[in-house]
Amino acid sequence: MKQEKGRQLAAGLFAFFPIFLIISIFLLLLLKAFPLLSLKSLPGVLFSSAWQPQKGQFGLWPFILGTLWVTITAFILAAPLSILTAIYISDYASGRLKKWLAPVLDLLAGLPSVIYGMWGILLIVPLVGKYLAPLFGTYTSGYCVLTAGIVLAVMILPTIVNVSAEVLSAVPADLKEAALALGATRLEVVRHVVLKKSLPGVAAACVLGLSRAFGETLAVMMVVGNVPVAPTSLFSPAYPLPALLANNYGEMLSIPGYEAALNLAAIILLLMVIIFSLGARLYLTKLGQRSV
Amino acid sequence: MAVHQIHVNHRLKKRRRAESVFRFILIASVILVSLILSVILVSILWKSLPALKLSMILETPGTGYYLGKKGGILNAIVGSLEIAFGATLIALLIALPIVIYLNTYLKRRSFLAEVIRLSLDVLWGIPSIVYGVFGFLLMLILHLRASLLAGMVTIALVELPILSRALDETIRLVPAELKEASYALGASRWQTATRVVLRQALPGLITSVLIALGRGLGDGASVLFTAGYTDRITTSLLQPVATLPLAIFFQLNSPFPEVQQRAFASANILTLLILFISLLTRFFGRRLSKHKIR
Repeated sequence: MKQEKGRQLAAGLFAFFPIFLIISIFLLLLLKAFPLLSLKSLPGVLFSSAWQPQKGQFGLWPFILGTLWVTITAFILAAPLSILTAIYISDYASGRLKKWLAPVLDLLAGLPSVIYGMWGILLIVPLVGKYLAPLFGTYTSGYCVLTAGIVLAVMILPTIVNVSAEVLSAVPADLKEAALALGATRLEVVRHVVLKKSLPGVAAACVLGLSRAFGETLAVMMVVGNVPVAPTSLFSPAYPLPALLANNYGEMLSIPGYEAALNLAAIILLLMVIIFSLGARLYLTKLGQRSV
Repeated sequence: MAVHQIHVNHRLKKRRRAESVFRFILIASVILVSLILSVILVSILWKSLPALKLSMILETPGTGYYLGKKGGILNAIVGSLEIAFGATLIALLIALPIVIYLNTYLKRRSFLAEVIRLSLDVLWGIPSIVYGVFGFLLMLILHLRASLLAGMVTIALVELPILSRALDETIRLVPAELKEASYALGASRWQTATRVVLRQALPGLITSVLIALGRGLGDGASVLFTAGYTDRITTSLLQPVATLPLAIFFQLNSPFPEVQQRAFASANILTLLILFISLLTRFFGRRLSKHKIR
């Protein structure tokens, strides 16, 4: 009996590890970002566009905007395609096709970031640089917001497809059958029954994909150009927060305030991601969808 | 034919057309998605063919390797496996007690269980680059240098939420009757958890571990500042270690075409490893569902 109590206590201690880890990540980053806030005001850092570490100017605005541009581009490209694919999987596909698609999506989800980045350099960069940009009458090297958006869109596709297919499949078959029995076509069933019932869940699935996109590092930084100026169009280069961290962390120790600025960038990224992913998760949980 | 009937026929035709247009759009998007995957795989394979030699996986980088001379990336293959297996082991040792506690000692809808699951979800959402930063700051505090140990711990943190949530899902599938039968025989909760529940969930457990392993192998951002890089095979926990994602990343940045081709070949090796793990996962997943009691 005593042994049992001891084991329960030990397992219970482990169970608090996730909470402890979140708190310590936040506290450590805050602690390390604090020196900058004693030099400058928070809005002065967040909304300033001047990024010149050598002169002690750490404006993070270009990086925040770069993150938003790339992520939103990816989202706009990925969301419609993934929702359509999810509808096909949940309401149209035969059992055999589903069996075929599942491993494909699993593999897409499991491929490492670098592989996507390399694919972006091989195909998407020339595609955007040589064909798409001249079509719109502009010039770009191909390393730009649009390229990163396309690569990122492909990366978040499987997440959105899997989660929304699950939400769509959870619509009770009786409801669909009732609509079919009334003479509705499949499209009408999807529009008036399935989507009406599961639209919030599908939206949450999209936001979940969006939150994945915020933090993607290697793939994006390989194709986005990494120029610390706020982007003005789809064809201009950008410099998202994760790329800023990946390129400069670990070698900034000699300049005062630099390390703190990068830690602040990490906190901003963390907050952006957590707000989106937590919102989507809480919503999906409320809907009774707890997976992935 | 009565006028209203023509009207009905016309409407029916319109609805049918809408249906077929929609179906076309759906099929087109599915084909596009599958096409993207095949294009990724084929383009990398095709580009890497010139560099795809046996020496790539059997040798470490020789002198002048990064200028296009002889050698392979055995250091990165071994390093990635070391780091991924070590990290998965650490993650498993932390995740198992968490999941056992969640599923045997806590009630399913209890407040504490919800909070722990939610915190795992939050951890799941944290980007691996932030884990990398956190790992680096921990290293500074502990006066560690970039090493296999630091990389392993960082990757373990990345894997922990994935592994815990996957384990949680599989253990939840174990029928309650089985647990009750075990309790009825006088077994304690811990005995039931380790000897009945975990054994029953073993195929799912292996699947979860494989998923985590795949993530550990492919994650580059978190080891960027924590694992370092080396041209030798790492034999101690305190030495720096090479990893495949970073090997690909560095070689791709080289101005020499020979080295770039090797990046493609390295990407091929990594993709094959991931594909192999993905197939293994499928295999165990199917075995799991075969024995599932519905």
